[in-house]
Formats: sequence, C-alpha cells, structure tokens
Amino acid sequence: MRIAVLVKQVPSTDKVKMDEETGTMVRSAMDAELNPLDLYAVEEAVRAKEKTEETEITVISMGPPAAASAIKEAIAMGCDKGVLLSDKVFSGADTWATARTLSSAIEKIGPYDLIFAGERATDGETGQVGPSVAAQLDMPVLTYVSKIREVNGARIVVERAVEGGHEVVEASLPALVSVVKEINEPRIPTLKGKIRAKQTEVPVMTAQDVGLDAAHAGLLGSPTRVVKVFYPSLSRNGTIVDGRDPERAVNALVQFLKDKALV
Amino acid sequence: MKSTEGTFQSVWTLGEQRDGRISPVSYELLAWGRDLADKRGTTLASVILGYNLKDRVNTLIEHGADIIYVVDNPALEHAYPDAHAAVLEKLVREFLPEIFIASATTYGRTIMPVLAAKLETGLTADCTGLDIDPETGLLIQTRPAIGGNVMATIKTPKHRPQMSTVRPRSRKPLASDASRKGQVIVRECPDDAYASKVKFLEFIKDETTALPIQEAEIVVSGGKGLKDAKNFQMVHELADLLGASVGASRQAVDLGWIPYSHQVGLSGKTVSPHLYVCAGVSGAVQHIAGMSSADIVVAINNDPDAPIFRVCDFGIVGDAIEIIPILIEKLQSQKATSPK
Ligand SMILES: Cc1cc2nc3c(=O)[nH]c(=O)nc-3n(C[C@H](O)[C@H](O)[C@H](O)COP(=O)(O)OP(=O)(O)OC[C@H]3O[C@@H](n4cnc5c(N)ncnc54)[C@H](O)[C@@H]3O)c2cc1C
Ligand SMILES: Cc1cc2nc3c(=O)[nH]c(=O)nc-3n(C[C@H](O)[C@H](O)[C@H](O)COP(=O)(O)OP(=O)(O)OC[C@H]3O[C@@H](n4cnc5c(N)ncnc54)[C@H](O)[C@@H]3O)c2cc1C
Repeated sequence: MRIAVLVKQVPSTDKVKMDEETGTMVRSAMDAELNPLDLYAVEEAVRAKEKTEETEITVISMGPPAAASAIKEAIAMGCDKGVLLSDKVFSGADTWATARTLSSAIEKIGPYDLIFAGERATDGETGQVGPSVAAQLDMPVLTYVSKIREVNGARIVVERAVEGGHEVVEASLPALVSVVKEINEPRIPTLKGKIRAKQTEVPVMTAQDVGLDAAHAGLLGSPTRVVKVFYPSLSRNGTIVDGRDPERAVNALVQFLKDKALV
Repeated sequence: MKSTEGTFQSVWTLGEQRDGRISPVSYELLAWGRDLADKRGTTLASVILGYNLKDRVNTLIEHGADIIYVVDNPALEHAYPDAHAAVLEKLVREFLPEIFIASATTYGRTIMPVLAAKLETGLTADCTGLDIDPETGLLIQTRPAIGGNVMATIKTPKHRPQMSTVRPRSRKPLASDASRKGQVIVRECPDDAYASKVKFLEFIKDETTALPIQEAEIVVSGGKGLKDAKNFQMVHELADLLGASVGASRQAVDLGWIPYSHQVGLSGKTVSPHLYVCAGVSGAVQHIAGMSSADIVVAINNDPDAPIFRVCDFGIVGDAIEIIPILIEKLQSQKATSPK
C-alpha cells in the first residue's frame, strides 16, 4: 500500500502562557511542534504499515522551512519519507487554498491508496483540510475515525465516533481518513528512529514543482479573509464566597442558581 | 463559485436528521438563519436530505423556514459525504443561495468542507456569531480559534455562497409556531448524484443514556482536587440531581476516574452549556479552552488563587469534598418542597 500522512506544524500548546492581567496568550513563550492530534494519524499509518507488507508512508506538510522538523518527528515514529511544500506564495492560505496545495502535490507525487489526517490542528482548529483534500482528489472521506477494523489494498472498514455512538462504515480505496484521539496511543520515537529521521533529507516542493498556479495558492487563492482577530476577555468578575462556612456558602450558591432560574 | 457567476440570493440552512427524525440542531440553525434572512430582506430556506422524511419537515417551517427543499431517497438515508455533497452541489448551483450555514456537528463538519471544495468557495468553521455587515451586506462570521484564546472575524468577499458551520447550542431555537406558512419543494436528482463509495454497516449506540457532554444544557465537572475515584462519584450524584452530564479535567481522566469521552478542554470536548459547574478543577488554559463559552460558570476550589475563579460567575473557596454533599442535600430538599 502507498500511504500519505498530512501533518501540520503548530505552536506548542504546553508552552502557552497566559497573561494574568489581560487573559491573553503570551506569544513569545511558544515553540513550534507537530500538531498533537496528528500524532494519532501518524501512529495509525505506522500500524497499518506494520500489518501490511510492502507499505510505504510519505509525510506531507505545507508550511515554512522550519516545518521540516514536524515531518522529521513523524519519520522518527516510523514513516518512511517526507515532502515539505514550502513557497512564499503558499502563505496566508485558508483551508480551501491549503487543501488545493496539498491535493496538487498529491496528484504530482501520488497516487496513494490511503491518506491520513488529524481531526483538527490546534491553532486554526477548523478540521476542514482533510475533507477538503478528499473532495479535491475526488475520493471518499471518513472523518472522526476512532478505529480501523480492517484495511487492505482495496477497502477499509472503520468506526466513526459520531453523536450518540459509533457508526461502522466501509469504503473503497483510495480514501482519506481523519482520526480522533481515541484511536490509539501514539508511540514515543526510538533513538534509532530519531537518528534515521535526522539523516533523512526532506525535499522541498514549490508551487511550480506541484504545478499550482499562484492565483490558487496562499492568501491570493483563499476565498475567506480573516478581517479581525481579538482576544476574548476571559475574566467574568464573578461573586466569590468564602467556603469556610460551608452552609452559608451553599445557601448563597443555591440562591444564585434560583435567581438565574437554574433550579 | 465567484459572486459574479449569477444572482445569489436567499439564506439556506442545512437540516439534519437521523433515522428520519429531524435533529434539534436544525431548529437552532433556523434561529440564526431567520435573523440573517430578515437583515438581508430575503427568504430563508432549509435543505434536508434523507429517507422517509418528506412528511416530517413541516416542523422546520414552524421554526422559521419559508421554503423547505427535501431530497428523499433511500441512498441518502445515511450521511455519506460524497452523495450528500453531490446532491447539495446540484441544488446550490440551481438555486444560487447567497448564504449557506450548517451545524458544526460531525455531519456538518464533514459535508460542508466537501461541498465548499466542490463549489470553490470559502467555509468558516464552528462560528459562535453570525451577522450581516450593514454597509456591504456581507456575512460576518465570528469564531474562536487557538483553543479559545483568540476570536477571529472572517468574511468571504468574492465567493458564493458564503458558507459556515455554527457551533451547536450557541443559540436557542425560535418558539414553534404552528400557524406559520411555507412551501415544501421535493426534489429528485439524477442517479449519479446518489452514488457513494461508502457503505453503512451498523450503528453502535453509546451505552450511557446521559446526553453526550457537548449536547448537555448543564455540565458538572470534577478535577484532581476531588482526590479519589470515590469522591468523584459525588460529581455524578450532583449531575443526576441537576439533570446534567458529567465532565472532567484531563487529570481526572488520566487518573482513570472517568472515560476520556467526558474530558473537557483543548484535547477533549468543547462544551457550551447554559450552566457549567466544576469542583477541584484548577482552570488550566487548556481546560478553559473547552468551556469558556458556557453561559454561567460555577466553581468550587480550595485555592483562592486558582485561575478558574477568574472565569466564573459564582465561586466558592472551600473544600469541595465537604461542600458538594451539602449542596446535594440542599438541592434535594429544595426539589422536594418546590412542586414542578
Ligand atoms: C484565527 C484563525 C481562524 C481561521 N479560520 C478559518 C476558517 O474559518 N476557515 C478557513 O478556511 N480558514 C481559516 N483559517 C486559516 C486556516 O487556519 C489555515 O488554512 C490552515 O492552513 C489550515 O487550517 P487548520 O489549521 O484549521 O487545519 P485543520 O483543518 O484543523 O487540520 C486538519 C488536518 O489537516 C491536515 N493539515 C492541516 N493543515 C495542514 C498543512 N499545512 N499541511 C499538511 N497537512 C495539514 C492535518 O492532518 C490536520 O490535522 C483561520 C486561521 C486563523 C489564524
Ligand atoms: C497539549 C495539552 C492539552 C491539554 N488538554 C487538556 C484538556 O483537554 N482538558 C483538561 O482539563 N486539561 C488539559 N490539559 C492539562 C491541563 O494543563 C491541566 O493539567 C489540567 O486541566 C489540570 O486538571 P485539574 O484541574 O483536575 O488538576 P490540577 O491542576 O491539579 O488542579 C486541581 C485543583 O483542585 C484544587 N483542590 C485540591 N483539593 C481540593 C479540595 N479538597 N476541594 C476543592 N478544590 C481542591 C486545587 O487547588 C487545584 O486548583 C492539557 C495539557 C496539555 C499540555
């Protein structure tokens, strides 16, 4: 099987520091890392490889040159190789333009039987890139996948975590699968894996290399425009009561809930 | 589609059904849609795909729609993204809506990006606010991103329809009005639109009868401050009493007190209930990311400096293990005395 995994580099969330006064993020305290939810996609790809002979996994990411390190993290976990899509004209892409760039590259370096994506990236958080890539490549998309029951070169059977339960569906390949956190426990890269990742060259492809017109890439090719970004005030200035007298505190709470018609 | 490709008008919402029953989120969406259509001086239509639902769609009119487009076909019974998007694409290209919104459910979040890709238009995810720009008439879409730390306002200036998914429970449905009149249009599509590469096999229902936390009106959460699994039971008791679903911090999940599906936060579920009560939860930024859009927040924590107190409407500084049983008792006697 030929497998591709789509990964994005994002600001590290465990490094997020909040400004106590304004309730906003302190940006300088952030580093970049592989999108935490993409670890599950990488892990699932590696497991599929372990079960199916002659499987090769390519990690694909669109991003700045530094995003090569996210690809290397995935290689360290067991993927075979990577491609970085990097070009000035890619910057400012919305999900449509991101998907257009990724699908152009896949058409160039593919085809793949199976493409994995994360549920969402922890920064943009739209969850739209996976389904959009599938649509542009005209292949079925299986979202919110929490278990792969069966996969071979021709078909895949999965469980999807949806409202109120799990839906079991089958699809013909090629298909794109976006996975949720429940699906597995991502492995920690071995030292051997890390060394291999370090030694692996990650080739860079530009818009021209993937055959994409600059008018369809980046900000220029994006139908949406972020016109304003603001920081919601987290502070609510609530009533705080002392619980050392628990009876009184609870009475005050019950009164509060009554006033709000909640009980 | 470029805005110059035709005359785009009217506001559409995507209705949702399961087993031929219309999901409540469909009505919430109509409340948003009604506002937008009135501000644009245009009609509000709801599109719904499924099987055996032709006779049940009148409730959509009662909740605010002027027109219902129904495509009723056995091939659409399950939410196959390729078939559903293909049918929707045909309808959009025929009727040219200016705005098309769906719920940010697993259905809406799957179908809408596929449809937007096919239509070559923009899609804004998981909006918590929608409005019309009085000057340009464009849809103003507001959404949280980066773990709720940032709000972004997004427009789709030159492509149509302007599409968004809307966070469930960000709005109450309009009161149902049985006297409202509307038009039901039943459409058929060419066979190829119904073709899907996906096949439904079975549905495994969640065992718990409680609502999934994302859908609950009230959520009661517990954190590490409850000390052990036995104390965590108090959270379930309090939740039962309030008709609430149970949530948890990551620490409580990692300690094995409750399954992951109950985790609230950045790497768990996002909830937006009317009331969020939490005990022994410190209020880490990753936790707050999952509950900051709750209407009312109540916190119980023994540390007066816990960050959760900065985002609560009512807080008790004290020992949750002592306070929750008293609260349960008071609510019980309250329930016993107030006839409902
Ligand atoms: C505050 C803010 C709000 C935004 N809102 C919107 C919006 O509503 N609509 C919109 O169209 N754009 C939006 N964008 C732009 C959007 O973030 C970018 O298009 C981004 O490149 C991809 O979207 P995402 O981060 O939401 O990824 P998601 O769609 O959440 O990512 C899902 C999966 O797709 C794959 N993937 C995503 N990006 C890449 C990549 N660069 N390379 C390889 N694989 C990838 C990964 O597997 C990932 O797990 C917004 C940006 C910001 C900063
Ligand atoms: C990438 C990433 C993603 C994450 N995602 C999530 C997520 O989705 N959800 C999430 O919740 N966390 C998440 N976290 C973890 C988060 O940073 C915190 O570690 C976690 O939320 C803390 O859980 P807690 O509040 O239960 O525990 P603690 O932070 O240990 O807080 C316990 C609180 O209980 C109080 N307490 C102690 N005893 C009592 C008592 N007797 N009565 C009352 N109060 C008492 C303490 O004062 C303290 O404030 C994530 C972290 C990372 C790095």
